[in-house]
Amino acid sequence: MAELIESIKNIEASKKTIFVDLYPEWLELDTRQGYEGYIVKPEHLTEFAKTLRDQHGYDLLTSVTGVDYLPEGKMEVVYHVYKTIGGPILTFKCQVPRDKPELPTLVHVYPGAEFQEREAWDLLGIKFINHPDLRRILMWEGFEGHPLRKDWKEPYFEEEFKPFKNRWPEGKVYRIEDKNPYGDNVNYPAGFDPDKWVFEGDELLYKALERIIKPTGSELKTDHIIINLGPQHPSTHGVFRMVAAIEGEQIIAIKPAMGYLHRNHEKIGERNTFLQNIPFTDRLDYVSSMSNNFGYVLAVEKLMGIRPPERAEYIRVMMAEFTRVISHLISIGFLLNDLGAFFTPVLYALEERELILDIFEAVSGSRMMCNYYRFGGVARDLPEGVLQKARDLVFNRLPRKVDELDKYLTENEIIKTRCLGQGVITAERAIALSATGPILRGSGVPYDIRRADPYSIYDQLDFDVVSYEHGDIYDRYLVRLEEIRQSIKILKQVIDRIPEGPILAGKPSYQIRVPPGESYGRVEGPKGELGYYIVSNGKPNPWRYHVRAPSFINLHTLDEMCKGQKIADVVVILGSIDIVLGEVDR
Amino acid sequence: MADKDLNQAGYVIPPEMQSQVAITTLDKVYNWSRRNSVWPMMFGLACCAIEMICAQASRFDLSRFGMEVMRPSPRQADVMIVSGTVTKKMVPQIVRLFNQMPEPKYVIAMGACASGGGPFKEGYNVVSGIDRYIPVDVYIPGCPPTPQALLYGLISLQKKIDTENLKTSPWYSKKKSEPIPVPILGPDLMTPAKYHVIKQNTLNSQQVDSSPDAVISGGI
Repeated sequence: MAELIESIKNIEASKKTIFVDLYPEWLELDTRQGYEGYIVKPEHLTEFAKTLRDQHGYDLLTSVTGVDYLPEGKMEVVYHVYKTIGGPILTFKCQVPRDKPELPTLVHVYPGAEFQEREAWDLLGIKFINHPDLRRILMWEGFEGHPLRKDWKEPYFEEEFKPFKNRWPEGKVYRIEDKNPYGDNVNYPAGFDPDKWVFEGDELLYKALERIIKPTGSELKTDHIIINLGPQHPSTHGVFRMVAAIEGEQIIAIKPAMGYLHRNHEKIGERNTFLQNIPFTDRLDYVSSMSNNFGYVLAVEKLMGIRPPERAEYIRVMMAEFTRVISHLISIGFLLNDLGAFFTPVLYALEERELILDIFEAVSGSRMMCNYYRFGGVARDLPEGVLQKARDLVFNRLPRKVDELDKYLTENEIIKTRCLGQGVITAERAIALSATGPILRGSGVPYDIRRADPYSIYDQLDFDVVSYEHGDIYDRYLVRLEEIRQSIKILKQVIDRIPEGPILAGKPSYQIRVPPGESYGRVEGPKGELGYYIVSNGKPNPWRYHVRAPSFINLHTLDEMCKGQKIADVVVILGSIDIVLGEVDR
Repeated sequence: MADKDLNQAGYVIPPEMQSQVAITTLDKVYNWSRRNSVWPMMFGLACCAIEMICAQASRFDLSRFGMEVMRPSPRQADVMIVSGTVTKKMVPQIVRLFNQMPEPKYVIAMGACASGGGPFKEGYNVVSGIDRYIPVDVYIPGCPPTPQALLYGLISLQKKIDTENLKTSPWYSKKKSEPIPVPILGPDLMTPAKYHVIKQNTLNSQQVDSSPDAVISGGI
């Protein structure tokens, strides 16, 4: 398998310029230093994407994001696509002038572009022509400005880049509230009169929902009702909101509404130094912080061209797999919660989680927000006794406990009746909607980045890519359960083989030098493909810091899974997608 | 409650009645019963919510304090644990939920974000502390606070309830309590009570600038 991947890689490398040779009038090679891929002319974008998908097998559009190149006066939209049969990522870009950023939408070629294009519109103000529902997605309709533009300043703006002078080195600390005219984190455009303001955001949302409701074709004219679930709802796993149109008890259309936990990771991340971003990545998917660190350090290491020492690689994989165990356990527990087994399965899951968190606390000093990975290694070595603790857990306790969960749940009559054949998404649709992780594998596409595009030491480890073919809730549950077992298998190998040696390449430093360029680092997170797109211009801070969040993009599948289901099943379907709001909204 | 706690009202009970009669204050009975059944609202915002769930689970077990009954509806809840980052988009809902809670009601700001914005304070969509909108009883530091810290926060709340008095507590007075006006999402978050300040800045003086150097004299 490893050789096969290697050979595919070599062929791909020799094909660097293949698309320029094939379609010279559509695109050109991106020749900027540190950049890769192609620059496509906007008028040929749709054509090129269609050709890529239909003739070259690039069937999954994984990430769409914009970059604001303020000094050059242009905006760039970056697309990452890959083949679900394996192989590296293909990057292509489109450049548009900054004063009129308009591009044709790719939703009709890759339906999975929908939310990400909406995000680019919301945060960067790039207009996608013919997009079926181009509304703001993270902020509310009516918000002033597009926050990720480089010339947009937040109300608490202090300086362009950190460290801010008032903290270091001068250290004349003041409260930023005192410098804002409202004494609060708000700012309003000049000439704005609050008395004349009418909030229209929800109306637009309902209208967008009405648009996608198709006539049923029945002779009896029936009326539908619109129901809001969330943002405060016990089963939405946080502050998520769904707006469903129902007919009787059946869902005819559903729209997710998010942004209730939009914490501006990207804007803050672009003011931070590279190192300062690591603790912020912890708080993206707060159930699996270690794995979030992993993706980010990989992306930056790719830019810097360094590799961690072997012991650090082993520690990293160990922590990432422990995180996967935690995340899947919690996911299974809460799925059962949504099914009505109120809190008992969660208690079983959390019991194991506590034991793994003890290991995290011992190595990093914190239970949840570990902040443990560093560029070129990890922050500290394993303290004495931790390896033994991990060994006990992995070799004795966890396999037993997973079997126990399996025994109690898998053949349970209620679970089977409620999950089998419900919330189905086919493989074709899952790929088209850019779903990754357990959703894709539950639909019968055995795509796992650890195998398809191996990073770290995964190519030396023995494990199976789990996949089931029905694409229903039950199969997604089985994928997660089986992946815990595979993670335990990996952990056993890692714990047995972990070598002695240094844990950090070079000296630890607060300020790192990152050469200019772009990089996209991705890992197989517990929820799916977690990618970081980073643009550096050689300064201590990233010019662009974008998170390709699996939970966010997997939500594309919600509408498709829920159509025709009963309202009570929506909750379970959402549970089976397994979202974490910190990551959905970022 | 042990007998000795009850019998501190300063009256002497004849020895033959001591096992049947206890004299105490109404305050004490009220506070004692309330402090031991504080029902939190089942309402998680962000990372801290996971630690809140952990505090409910087997290792930490909130039910030791009579707090295991999480209520999804604000109408049945006594304490709102604001567990996580409060965003501008979410504030109207939180204020509405707070208004819907029956009195007596308490608020715990769990974690750095809910207390003052935390690591995300500078973000354009983040509120610098929920106490700008609703009254907070207990602040718990940490990012996220460990379950132990949450337990300590809840015990602190119990201590606060112990000091309540029928005469002074606002929910026992005859005056009807007013709901808090719900903030509105405009070009930015707007608090109805501050409309005049907004107008003063946007309509009267046209040269309002967000950069800190330009508005050092602010602070309204």
